[in-house]
Amino acid sequence: MGQPVAAPVSAQYTTNPPRELPTRRGTELLLLAFAVFIVTIALVLVEANQEQELTSSILWLGLSYLGVLTVAHLAVRRWAPYADPVILPCVALLNGIGLVMIHRIDLALAERAVQAGKDYSPDVTKQVLFTVVSLVLFVVVLIVVNDHRTLTRYGYIAGLIGIFALALPALLPSSVSEVNGAKVWIKLPFFSIQPGEFAKILLMIFFASFLVSKRDLFMVAGKKIVGVELPRARDLGPILISAAVCLGILVFEKDLGTSLLFFSIILVMLYVATERVIWVALGLSFFVVGCVIAYNLFDHVQNRVANWLDPMDPVVYGRRGGSFQIAQGLFGLGTGGMGGTGLGAGRPDIVPEANTDFITAAIGEELGFIGLAAVLMLYLILAMRGMRGALAVRDTFGKLLGGGLAFAMVMQIFVVVGGVTKLIPETGITAPFLSKGGSSLLANYILVALLLRISDAARKPAARPKPSVPQAPLAEAHTVMVQRPETPLVAPPPPTPALGQPPLGQPPLGQPPLDPSQGGTA
Amino acid sequence: MNTPLRKVGVAMLVMVVLLLANATYIQVVKADDYRTDSRNTRVLYEEYARQRGQIVASTNGAVLAKVEPSNDKYKFKRTYVDGAMYAPVTGYYSINYGSAGLERAEDDILNGSDPRLFVRRLSDMVTGRDPRGGNVVLTIDPAVQKAAYDLMTQRGYTGSVVAMEPKTGRILAMVSTPSYDPNLLAAHTTKEQLTAWTASRDDPKNPMLNRAISETYPPGSTFKLVTASAALEAGMGPDTTVTNAPNVKLPGTQTTLENYGGAPCPGTTFKDALAHSCNVPFATFAGQLGKDKLTKAAQNFGIGQSDLTVPMRVAQSGLGPLDSQGALYQSGIGQRDVKLTPLQDCLLSATVANGGMAMKPQLVQSVLAPDLSTIENYSPAQLTGTAALSSANAAILRDMMVASEGFTGGGGKDGALQIASKTGTAEHGTDSKNTAPHAWYTGFAPSNDPQIAVSVIVESGGNRGLAATGGSVAAEIGRAAIKAKLGGG
Repeated sequence: MGQPVAAPVSAQYTTNPPRELPTRRGTELLLLAFAVFIVTIALVLVEANQEQELTSSILWLGLSYLGVLTVAHLAVRRWAPYADPVILPCVALLNGIGLVMIHRIDLALAERAVQAGKDYSPDVTKQVLFTVVSLVLFVVVLIVVNDHRTLTRYGYIAGLIGIFALALPALLPSSVSEVNGAKVWIKLPFFSIQPGEFAKILLMIFFASFLVSKRDLFMVAGKKIVGVELPRARDLGPILISAAVCLGILVFEKDLGTSLLFFSIILVMLYVATERVIWVALGLSFFVVGCVIAYNLFDHVQNRVANWLDPMDPVVYGRRGGSFQIAQGLFGLGTGGMGGTGLGAGRPDIVPEANTDFITAAIGEELGFIGLAAVLMLYLILAMRGMRGALAVRDTFGKLLGGGLAFAMVMQIFVVVGGVTKLIPETGITAPFLSKGGSSLLANYILVALLLRISDAARKPAARPKPSVPQAPLAEAHTVMVQRPETPLVAPPPPTPALGQPPLGQPPLGQPPLDPSQGGTA
Repeated sequence: MNTPLRKVGVAMLVMVVLLLANATYIQVVKADDYRTDSRNTRVLYEEYARQRGQIVASTNGAVLAKVEPSNDKYKFKRTYVDGAMYAPVTGYYSINYGSAGLERAEDDILNGSDPRLFVRRLSDMVTGRDPRGGNVVLTIDPAVQKAAYDLMTQRGYTGSVVAMEPKTGRILAMVSTPSYDPNLLAAHTTKEQLTAWTASRDDPKNPMLNRAISETYPPGSTFKLVTASAALEAGMGPDTTVTNAPNVKLPGTQTTLENYGGAPCPGTTFKDALAHSCNVPFATFAGQLGKDKLTKAAQNFGIGQSDLTVPMRVAQSGLGPLDSQGALYQSGIGQRDVKLTPLQDCLLSATVANGGMAMKPQLVQSVLAPDLSTIENYSPAQLTGTAALSSANAAILRDMMVASEGFTGGGGKDGALQIASKTGTAEHGTDSKNTAPHAWYTGFAPSNDPQIAVSVIVESGGNRGLAATGGSVAAEIGRAAIKAKLGGG
């Protein structure tokens, strides 16, 4: 039956009492409360510095945030009890800081609107609503995807929908898809969707399942040139297609950030699946060539590069589509300095898009380098815990998907913060959990739900020992086995010897039922 | 596939480290560059939101500029008491139009960024108290300022009055009319500021010009104090005989230079020439003294100094090229290219009053920390370090000025004030004979123990037109200022 290998393990389980792995859910709840505490303090600081009335409503806001998170926590406790306990608190803290910052910028913008005699509706109410919806979605994903491996079944359909969602804004007329020059939206009457955020996850699911099934294909070596094994030419197809799609986004949707993000995720997943650096090298060279071509063909790409090279240049600063935004972001960061101006005491609203793409500049201004570094560390911890889950999980699909999701998180923050701090050209994508925007929030909560699912699978004990019902007969079994040595592996006699043979199909005693799907090797 | 996953993990770590390193570069290394960039409006907002210090008059502690809390993003509104009267002193502090006057010159103290306030800023940071600006105490005497300003505006004169303490250089009054209300420029709405700004800008009388220190005028006969000093130093005495001819032909030209009204000088001594302000003797003096001696004498009065600040920058007064005898003749009576600021003109009297030594004019008495403890007291300083004339000659010139005052008409005469003065009626413009002259009056009192030196200019004859003279127009204002200081006599 192919199971004799498991015999020593089963023997161990039978002789030792089953070891109960700690679920660490208590730790999670404690960390969540701590995150909420920090967020509440942050809100108090904003209100105090903005000279708003300090009322007990802040306390209630904090408590209700804790309440919503507790629901999420209970869902994790119920449906992913062995999940990593640090991921959700990190997310809660980031999301909370984001809400506080959005509220803080609301106050500034509202004041401006009052002075200009206009109406202003705060963005934070919408964002709070999105947070709640996101947490609901988070719970739904945890429940529906009770085993991440089931996702492999939907790999191709996910890929198809993902590509379609990604390409949709490019196909739609600009009037319903273009905001601030980036054609990545679908504008609906009441809200707008950035389908790319969801496509990111769908495409990662597709790539993971595709690479797991076709992994061998990419491992086949082609010709060897100067000591480097090149892949066969026909295997280059998928990577060429993905490079083309990403450059298509760059060109047709004018969205450098998404393009860069997607392509790097694809390359990293390919690398993880094949363990061959040559894929990364090849992919990067394709991308670089594509970028050079795009740079020479398109004004908006040239603009972004010029803004990056010298944002302080008066000509670049002053012109339309110039470096005003990034320069103001840098002024904010510089003004913040090491310790920041204090929450609510700076002027982050001077930077355009301070509550979306440039929210990290706002954090850098008001919380200083220290605050920005802390936020970056939160992202790193979040991604590293995800990566830990990927390392520990036993199936290749889980590893690929988990690794990809974790990397996507860091890559996205790299593109965002790198753009804001002039490390790379500014590209305009949202900071996960921090930035205003429903799509981003929803998608990233789905991402986190998947990470938790994978980490749960990683830490869950390989299998639960069977309940101790057969334990009593086992004691008598020895005597029975001595009597009938010719059938050592047959089940022990039932409690009443008169009944004879055990029913067919019952697993041999002392061997836990093994899930055939868990046979994958790391 | 754990090996590549671990490598990806390391790559993630490297990416975040890169971000942190770059953020350190931006927020720590380059922070000052970015913070102080002129396009960074945060600094401006922060400054406006800080409680700016007060500007106070020294003699009675009257507050000239203060802040009042406002319920907007700037938190405080700058307000000026008697704004128009003190505008030449305080200047303005406008969100859209920057600042001027003391508001600009003492900005570091007033906004609290002066290095001398550093320790206090630190303690504010620790105690969490909002940082405040320091205060500036002025040498201005509100009584003198008010007397001069009120009379100038009552008469509707365009011009300036400067008064100072001869012994210390402390400026007691600095009036420039017509004036403007700095309160309007300090308004918090752009519209109000714009209205006030354009109104002042488009006014042909240019109310925002600080005539006392930023405008130069031909000093006319008041410049004879300089010529007389040079002559006294060159060995002449009060009784030296001088010509009483009604006019003199400018050397090398066909042009004649005549006494006021073309009349012969009533006396034949140097003393009479000054008392009656006869032009011919002084023109010939200047010609005899020559360019070097005249320039030297003028320099010792401070004329020609280009870097004088009180602490506002004072426009440079000068004699012009003096490139011919004719030019010397005309310059000797304060015409041609001789141009003085009213402050410099006041320095002429003040120097004579102080025994020949010019004192550096100053407007700031002391600088106080937000808690009113003194940061710095300004002490009197000599302007050039070299006396313009010996104290004996200064006493002679003083007596000559006392005599001059005796012959000077105009209102406000009060023998008890013991004024020593010199008037001036300065021609100007392209058609100088048909343009109403500037009326000057400069003097000090009491003559035996000078407490105040004053200089008045009324542009273009005030309300008297062509017939205006220094005595008939400007003298009463100078006397009113002196009276305000000396307490009615």
